[in-house]
Amino acid sequence: MIKKEPSMDAQKDLLAGYFARLSRAKDEGRPVVYTFVPGNLAELMAAFDVAPVYPEVNALQSAMRQRSSGFIREAERGGHSEDVCSYVKCDLGMLAKGNVGPTGDTIPPPDLLLLSFTGCFTFMKWFELLREQYDCEVAMLHVPYVGDGVVTDAMRAYVVEQLQREVIPKLEKVTGKRLDLDKLRAQLARSRQAEEDLAWVFKSARQRPSPIDAYFGGVYYIGPIFTSFRGSEDACRYYAMLRGEVEERLAAGLGPITPEGSLGEEKFRLVVEGPPNWTSFRDFWKIFYDEGAVCVASTYTQVGGTYERGFRHDPANPLESLADYCLSCYTNLPLPKRSRVLAEMVKEYAADGFVIHSVKSCNSFSAGQLHMLREVEKLTGVPGGFIESDLVDARYYGQANIKNRIESYLQMLHARRTGASVPTPPRAERVHLEVVP
Amino acid sequence: MTTTQPTIDDLVADLEARFDDVDLGHVRAWKDGAPHRLAIGCLPVFAPREVIWAAGALPVFVRGAGDRIETIRGDAYYQSYICHLPRSTLELGLLGHLDGLDGMVFPNTCDVIRNLSGMWQTSFPQHLVRFLDPPQTAEPASAAAYLHHELSTLFRDLCAHNGVEPEAARLHLAIADYAAANAVMRELAAARQREPWNLPVDEVYLLKRAADSMPPGDWADLARRYLAAAAARGRKPEDRIRVCLVGSFCEQPPRALLRAAEKAGCYIIDDDLTLGVEPNGPDPLLGDDGDPMAAIVAAWLRTTRPSAVRYDEHGTAGRILAERVAAVGADGVVFAAPSFCDPALLDQPRLTRVLDQRNIPYTSFKYAENTGQFQAIREQAGTFADSVKLWGTA
Ligand code: SF4
Ligand code: SF4
Repeated sequence: MIKKEPSMDAQKDLLAGYFARLSRAKDEGRPVVYTFVPGNLAELMAAFDVAPVYPEVNALQSAMRQRSSGFIREAERGGHSEDVCSYVKCDLGMLAKGNVGPTGDTIPPPDLLLLSFTGCFTFMKWFELLREQYDCEVAMLHVPYVGDGVVTDAMRAYVVEQLQREVIPKLEKVTGKRLDLDKLRAQLARSRQAEEDLAWVFKSARQRPSPIDAYFGGVYYIGPIFTSFRGSEDACRYYAMLRGEVEERLAAGLGPITPEGSLGEEKFRLVVEGPPNWTSFRDFWKIFYDEGAVCVASTYTQVGGTYERGFRHDPANPLESLADYCLSCYTNLPLPKRSRVLAEMVKEYAADGFVIHSVKSCNSFSAGQLHMLREVEKLTGVPGGFIESDLVDARYYGQANIKNRIESYLQMLHARRTGASVPTPPRAERVHLEVVP
Repeated sequence: MTTTQPTIDDLVADLEARFDDVDLGHVRAWKDGAPHRLAIGCLPVFAPREVIWAAGALPVFVRGAGDRIETIRGDAYYQSYICHLPRSTLELGLLGHLDGLDGMVFPNTCDVIRNLSGMWQTSFPQHLVRFLDPPQTAEPASAAAYLHHELSTLFRDLCAHNGVEPEAARLHLAIADYAAANAVMRELAAARQREPWNLPVDEVYLLKRAADSMPPGDWADLARRYLAAAAARGRKPEDRIRVCLVGSFCEQPPRALLRAAEKAGCYIIDDDLTLGVEPNGPDPLLGDDGDPMAAIVAAWLRTTRPSAVRYDEHGTAGRILAERVAAVGADGVVFAAPSFCDPALLDQPRLTRVLDQRNIPYTSFKYAENTGQFQAIREQAGTFADSVKLWGTA
């Protein structure tokens, strides 16, 4: 029996409470708003006291409960191609089957579809498909891609104007309330406080041994702050508790907690790029911890805010701050910058190597990752590993294949360290993702 | 001296030569023809042609390499589940075929093209690379202000690169040049709908692809000559169904695939193959303020032709497609999308639901730009044509 830390239960309770509250939203007269995770306007929505729904969270939670395959098949029966993003299909399949969420509670229909998103074009197509299903208010917030690497004043002004002219009026309409700017500022101040603690937690991985796994553990840590809890008292409490626990682990010289207990010896320190696989999350993680590999930093934990790289919400400039947040999330950055972020993390976290997990579904992350692999190798002099699967489509997860690749990659890292000669693992020059029967 | 009207064979041979010239020799020749001339590559789908042309630069659409070169190095940059266009585009660049270009504009068509813009920045530092994210918002005032700023910046940067002054007069002239070319493009569309037997898909396609990399006036002259020669053909209509081709707006199907679909019993009378060089709404119209950039911005925002890469604000893309089918007198729709193309493939179910409601027949298939196998597609198109002829449905 693994000794759980209090923050684990707290995180679980937050999530369960969220779905339970959501199912009561209509009875309690709270308008329901569907929106997306990266670049979400959690503080603004909370200032209006609406109940947010994040379709990607439903999709990943469904996958962790082994329900996504049925939903994906349902969407494909409805005419969707097997080639397209599986998050979209998982959500549409769930909708077609009565919109019963991952915890068994029915997800209420939206009063507002708020297309506020960052860093993925497919979100727009997903949203168009959703709006076909519902007769409700719609608000669109276009967050420009920071293609040339710099957030310009024009971009910021454009986002702020859309907030003022499109998003806030629509929220006012569905809630019948005016925006209370002080309430929004208070939310943002609490966000900042929680962001401070979360950033500290992620930076703790710079120590040896790292007290956390910033990828597999990290996805649990980001849950509250990437979604509706950002700006809440609950989030502040959770992150303070998490930080306290990590401080204790650090003081005790302990490694991260895995599903099989505290990790023993930290043999490899890795930086990971790309989202995880959710359908076999535990098995995927096991491949790493069985080898003593700790993920000391990851880019996926920055898709909903680049806190460990310094971003903080600013209550003094509420709308500008929301705009900066939307613009600066990781997947809204151009590839050269993404490569630099990875390379910097390899150095800052004294990593032995980096692994790119490329997912079939996600062009936003994956298109260009082989180029990034070479760029990061050039920038760091460290060889990278490359593995592939999918987010929520179990057909594209191959445990044996991934295990093989990771093991040979780690062997190579070991050989580099000791100067021994080990055959170089096959490079991902032209990778074919095979469907696992 | 008399000038003789070229034969249709001469014209088509010229178009073929242009199409096959992956080194863009004609673009280089144009640049060499006078000082202060640049060539700027534009990725699909929409590029601000007037703005680029006004800066003294020729907009050159880069729509992948198709099956004209073998993709080897480009493949090493992409996993198997990503469409083909970015690989062959990189291959073109890595092999020096795009050396005649001075820069590239990447519009936010999808995440693949978006990420390719970053790869281009590191792989081709000699190019001026610009990413352009046209507004997708439903909120018109902020959209207009933002786009005006982005296009003005692009105009100034290109002018500076080309050593010319960013004068408004240049924009006025460019608007007029493209309005003239757009008028001929509209004539071409009408002629093709009227007499598809005289304007086969392959020729129309080559002509439209020529517009990808020709000065607007030169292209309009060429297109007029082609229209005259095609009309003089006097062919007889064959028993084929009339179809709209939808979904091929970015990565292009091989020409042989288009020919195969037509030979199997379809006249392709409308397509979205070359969005970007076709008018997708009214031409820019100068307003009271006399600001030509504002006119370009307004035209962009007023677009009346939906596409998978523009936000479907009112959820009307399906209805507009059905109306287009009726307006051009088509019997049905052929959805042809590149494999792994999220924008095209995610749109299909929404569009087909409307076609189903209106009893408009359709068929769909996927392709890659370098595919060499057409038998299955030929059979599918043939079966589709037969069933529409027999039953009026697919
Ligand atoms: S493409 Fe990627 S970022 Fe976009 S919706 Fe799908 S999984 Fe999410
Ligand atoms: S074919 Fe589709 S996915 Fe590929 S680059 Fe073009 S629009 Fe993007």
